Amino acid sequence: MDNWLFIGIFILVAGVFPAMPIIMFHLFGPKRSNPQKLETYECGMETVGETWVQFKVQYYIYALVFLIFDVEIVFLYPWAVAFDSLPLLGVVAGVLFIFLLADGLVYAWRKGALEWS
Amino acid sequence: MDPLAALGEWFLNLLAMINLPPAVGQILLYLIGVIVIATVALVITIFNTWLERKIAARLQDRVGPNRVGPWGLLQPIADALKMLTKEDTTPAGADKIAFNIAPILAVVSVLLIWAVVPFTSQWYGTRLNVAVLYIAAVGSFGVLAVLMAGWSSNNKYALLGAFRAVSQLISYEVPLLLSLLIPVLMARSMDISTIVEKQGTLLEMFVVAAPLAFLLFFISSVAEVGRTPFDLLEAESEIVAGYHIEYSGFKFGMFQAGEFMHTFTISALTAILFLGGWQGPLVEQFPILGLVYFMGKSFAVYFVTMWMRSTLPRIRIDHMQSLNWKVLVPVALVLLMLTPLVDFFTKDLGNLFSLFVGSPAELTLSVRAGALLLTNLAIMLGAIEVIRRSVKRATKARVPFPRRDEARPPIEEAA
Amino acid sequence: MTPMQVIFIITAVATVLAAIMVVSRRNLVHAALFLVITLFGVAVNFILLDAPFLAVVQVLVYIGAIAILMIFAVMLTRNIQEDGAGEAFNKNVGMAGLVSFLVLSLLVVTLGGWSEFRALPPVANTSGAVEALGLALASADGYVLAFEVASMLLLGALVGAIFVAWPRKNENE
Repeated sequence: MDNWLFIGIFILVAGVFPAMPIIMFHLFGPKRSNPQKLETYECGMETVGETWVQFKVQYYIYALVFLIFDVEIVFLYPWAVAFDSLPLLGVVAGVLFIFLLADGLVYAWRKGALEWS
Repeated sequence: MDPLAALGEWFLNLLAMINLPPAVGQILLYLIGVIVIATVALVITIFNTWLERKIAARLQDRVGPNRVGPWGLLQPIADALKMLTKEDTTPAGADKIAFNIAPILAVVSVLLIWAVVPFTSQWYGTRLNVAVLYIAAVGSFGVLAVLMAGWSSNNKYALLGAFRAVSQLISYEVPLLLSLLIPVLMARSMDISTIVEKQGTLLEMFVVAAPLAFLLFFISSVAEVGRTPFDLLEAESEIVAGYHIEYSGFKFGMFQAGEFMHTFTISALTAILFLGGWQGPLVEQFPILGLVYFMGKSFAVYFVTMWMRSTLPRIRIDHMQSLNWKVLVPVALVLLMLTPLVDFFTKDLGNLFSLFVGSPAELTLSVRAGALLLTNLAIMLGAIEVIRRSVKRATKARVPFPRRDEARPPIEEAA
Repeated sequence: MTPMQVIFIITAVATVLAAIMVVSRRNLVHAALFLVITLFGVAVNFILLDAPFLAVVQVLVYIGAIAILMIFAVMLTRNIQEDGAGEAFNKNVGMAGLVSFLVLSLLVVTLGGWSEFRALPPVANTSGAVEALGLALASADGYVLAFEVASMLLLGALVGAIFVAWPRKNENE
């Protein structure tokens, strides 16, 4: 628990460290603003249309594949830590787990979902 | 006695003398430790901005910063002062809170990793029994910072840059997490101090037994930082500067500082996980030597990242995704399937041969390292062969131009 | 009150407040960002319960993957800024509040009266907890079947997700 107290203090200090120069900058930096300066720009032109436009579905597919992999890999860490006390069956169980994970990748690959088109 | 531990004890005694409860003293001690570690990380980062400019200049046959202070050493301070003279702008229509939190979060996510980094056998922030996963978890705040920055800026380029950045960051997190599993498996621990302790001799260094995991980790870490050749998230010529286009002065500086710190952090992590961290000759007698070894190894890896930055061109976005999903992830999965099996079957091999030679422990170690090394090399060669063949097939399938000797009609005939 | 209880109360209040913001914000990205705070609060609670592995997994999976995916999905599919159509609460809000309150009181009364729930045995030694978890996951008298079934389930989820999200080329042509 003491370890995590340390981490907690670290989070607070780590937040203060970058915040200090930003606040200082905000207070002491020059301010000669006008509405035009703060306008959104695109290569010197005024922006066309809305900012929140729709984007490629490909981004979303990568995120989905990542999510599944993320959840699966997390299971493997305790297995790796306990490796010394595992019998052969336990080792094979873990390898099978990874094999099924690889299966999913093969499916995505064959389906063409990994293609950036 | 370790000088820092002695100092801490003296401080606690001092606090006890003025009748502070020991819990408060402990918290104060932690606070001081945290501030020291965070300051060290920041000072190294500031120094690295100078080092990087100097080395990049050398690699490009220039001189680099040499005006401010001896060898231009005070250049970072001049840079900081210049940043202070910039105007603090928040674009119209921006989401103010998210816009201001994002640069802070970008630094926090990197700085937090230093809480568990072991500098020597005795000098570390704290030991967590889940340190490796903690490092991966903290990194997800960096992804969040990128998304927040890109979305809150109210700018198409920023949002597009954020999408690119996030899809790169999360894609490369898969091989990163998979290759992190190899040192955990070999050390049977998620505590990175323990992982360093397990790499006592040259033969035990994980880079010897798992060079492929080392490469996978290093490549995907560089991609996580978004450095050249993986700097498509700030491709100047296409999306201007990426998700931080609307940031100015110190707010932009925080993103930049976060990136510099992240680069050194992944170098340090590579040194810790695969190159033995503070381990080295005579380190048991003089623990302070560990700091020299650790820093030496970290800066050696850091130099390689700078070298890559100055040498390699930026890769294309489809190549970036293909490299990840079609090379790194499959290779990491194959490696992860074979490593446990090889490890398991060589575990007790030493006892088998102990009747003939030496001590069983040492023999097991060399057999294990040798078998794992062979596995790694076999996978590496196999992967290279597969890639070579598929590239050959791909180029054969679509010959963009007819080859000169067969297709081009003679000029007289055409006339 | 011990310092731990103070930390618990602060994080619990922050978590619940953030959760309320999640359901009441009209801007979907803001709601997702408040969701991140809620999830982080839960991670802190795991730490207080001496379950660091669950805490880091909570941050890694829920904040690092699920929350990011949600923000991604929101940004990819709709125009969040102008998405102001419709009220945040409809006319059944009172009814829903009443039902929620009743369920909560039922839980408090039943769980409060259950002696085993109130007297949780303290975990003697958590240093080997991760190893014990790994051993339980992969041993025959443990949860090896569940372990493999989880893998199958996730494989199914991946296949399903790609099948649903991937635009079929044949139909477009």
